[in-house]
Amino acid sequence: MAQAVLSREGSSEARVDQRKLEAENRVVIAHVYTATAAIVVGALFGALQGLSRASAFIAPGWFDYYRILTMHGVLMALVFTTFFITGLSLFVTYRSIPRNDRSVALGWAGWWVMLVGVLMAAVEILAGNATVLYTFYAPLKASPYFYIGAALLIIGTWIVAYDIFANVVWFRKHNPGKAVPLPAFCAAATFLMWWIATLGVVGEMYFLVPWAFGWTGGINVVLSRLLFWYFGHPLVYFWIMGAYICWYNIVPKFYNGYVFSDGLTRLTFIMLLLLSTPVGIHHEFMEPGIAQNWKMLHTITTYGVAIPSFLTAFAIFATFELAARAQGKRGFWQTVRALPWNDPAFCGPAYGMLLFILGGFGGLVNASYSMDTVVHNTIWIVGHFHVTVGGPVALTFVGIAYWLIPRLTGRALWKPEWALWQERLWFAGMLIMSMAMHIAGLLGAPRRTAEVGYLGSAPNEWQGYMIAAAAGGLILFASIIVFATVAIGTLWANEKTEDMHAEFAAPRDGGERVPAMLNSLFRWGVVALAAAALAYAGPLLDILHNPGFLAPGMRTW
Amino acid sequence: MHINTYERWWMAFGLAMLALFLATIGYAAIADNINPPSGRTAVDPTKLAQTPPFDHPGLHRLADGTYEAYYIAQVFMFNPQTLNVPVGAKVTFYVTSPDVVHGFYISKTDVNMMAVPGWVNTESHVFRHAGTYLLICHEYCGIGHQNMFGKIEVR
Repeated sequence: MAQAVLSREGSSEARVDQRKLEAENRVVIAHVYTATAAIVVGALFGALQGLSRASAFIAPGWFDYYRILTMHGVLMALVFTTFFITGLSLFVTYRSIPRNDRSVALGWAGWWVMLVGVLMAAVEILAGNATVLYTFYAPLKASPYFYIGAALLIIGTWIVAYDIFANVVWFRKHNPGKAVPLPAFCAAATFLMWWIATLGVVGEMYFLVPWAFGWTGGINVVLSRLLFWYFGHPLVYFWIMGAYICWYNIVPKFYNGYVFSDGLTRLTFIMLLLLSTPVGIHHEFMEPGIAQNWKMLHTITTYGVAIPSFLTAFAIFATFELAARAQGKRGFWQTVRALPWNDPAFCGPAYGMLLFILGGFGGLVNASYSMDTVVHNTIWIVGHFHVTVGGPVALTFVGIAYWLIPRLTGRALWKPEWALWQERLWFAGMLIMSMAMHIAGLLGAPRRTAEVGYLGSAPNEWQGYMIAAAAGGLILFASIIVFATVAIGTLWANEKTEDMHAEFAAPRDGGERVPAMLNSLFRWGVVALAAAALAYAGPLLDILHNPGFLAPGMRTW
Repeated sequence: MHINTYERWWMAFGLAMLALFLATIGYAAIADNINPPSGRTAVDPTKLAQTPPFDHPGLHRLADGTYEAYYIAQVFMFNPQTLNVPVGAKVTFYVTSPDVVHGFYISKTDVNMMAVPGWVNTESHVFRHAGTYLLICHEYCGIGHQNMFGKIEVR
């Protein structure tokens, strides 16, 4: 490791004047409340889906189940998560790199482009011209405006990414010899990873858009799926990195904790930057047209990306224990009891961490070259991603929103006791729904179907689990309504009494210096791009060698 | 950079677990030939009706006593709809699609694969127990997706 070291003291003492701060806050509010709108509407569609699969609700012909499913997937997986992470990342960047000469134009430009894209895609889905689910697998052929809308959502995030990078570059220029503040470093690493990953889906759009307009005759189905999953798995790491930004930099403040190790946190984000992209083929184990050796390669890399999560688990639990010890508490139960279980900003991330333990176990099965055969495209997979993106990620974002909104508005959180119950409901609902889905999946029940009866041919045991999953889904729906009520109520209910200053967790090893290797992201971005290229060179060359059939595409809904 | 001793042990444990898992998967792949279906044969999906073996979908007995089953997965049905298989038969499935991507999943077995237009996918299974097996499409393929299923009668 390089011997050059950098001191960590940033200019965090400097305060930005109030008018400037409020201008920055308005951008973040726009991003975060767009995410809130997305999760509410997405939850409504999710509840209807659960009821449909439990045969308690039959979607009408003019708004069929698959349109509901497309709305739920797009709103939750692409819109809610993306807008929250852009808002959160702008917030931690702006607040950890205070400056009075900052323009928020890029933050707004990104938001507008993302919003226009989402509205375009939403109109096409609602009109029934894009019932292709959030994975939009060709040769299902949606309206070209759906693909353009999705591409605009991504391009908007690139503008936000540029804003974050530009602020980090500004800091480095004006603070020679100092390490980039950890929150901004984590945000920049997340968006660098995201930029590399989204090259895949934008590349896919390069083929899909002209094809959907009818300008090209056919689409290479295997190539389009490969490009989608090049993006599709790092997408989940984008969500996870958004949660990790909070776990390392914000959550410890709620229990008087510290960042366990500044250097290891940077290392964790660098590892996520390097390892998140070269893994996508583990979603395509059951596909023809991709050789087994590439599938095995991506199994190995997917297991590799578990390492930064091991580091994170250690670091977070260690900070719990150190904070408890500082209060004189010892042992497991005293440590648990020392945590602030009456603070909604803490409980969201904490319940999410508990769910992530289940998510991690399931993920090891899904990533396995051989075991995936048992669960591929069964509803086990849906159970899995609801205890990952719907657990640690969404619960962290919801909990952090309870801390963030007062920092943005200056108003104390309205009805914090409702917020606490909202998170408890979520935890219970998610546990019920996800467990039912995992078990039904092992019994062979498929995902992505309007119902699981098969005209009476299906095993009887599936239906009971679908009813349990729907019950869990309704609890989740109720929970999200409470979340939105508290989030929106806070905009008006209380007087402006809160300190809008945000403090981030300080490193425990305060005096230690950061190795220069762990302060520079550019070179790691180049390595990450090379790793992604290497992992996909083989299958891409295979496709170029033997392109096969070009599908004209069709509308089957 | 200082790394806590417990953290070193934790990382060693994590890496050892990953190595163990990967060794298990690698052993299964090499020694037991447990590999995911990865058909590498191309086919023209517009000419399936003229292309052997898909011009005659269904079960075919080979000289060595094993069977091959040729399936066309299309919106929103499987051809053949029902497959009659003798108990104990080893069946190698060959599946393709003339239209969009479909799933091919026989419940209570390890036969789980994707049917992609332009490609033939393949997987084998030994049907040791008599009974009716449900074959379903488990990838969204359109408005009638939930009704896309077939049966395998093992007698």
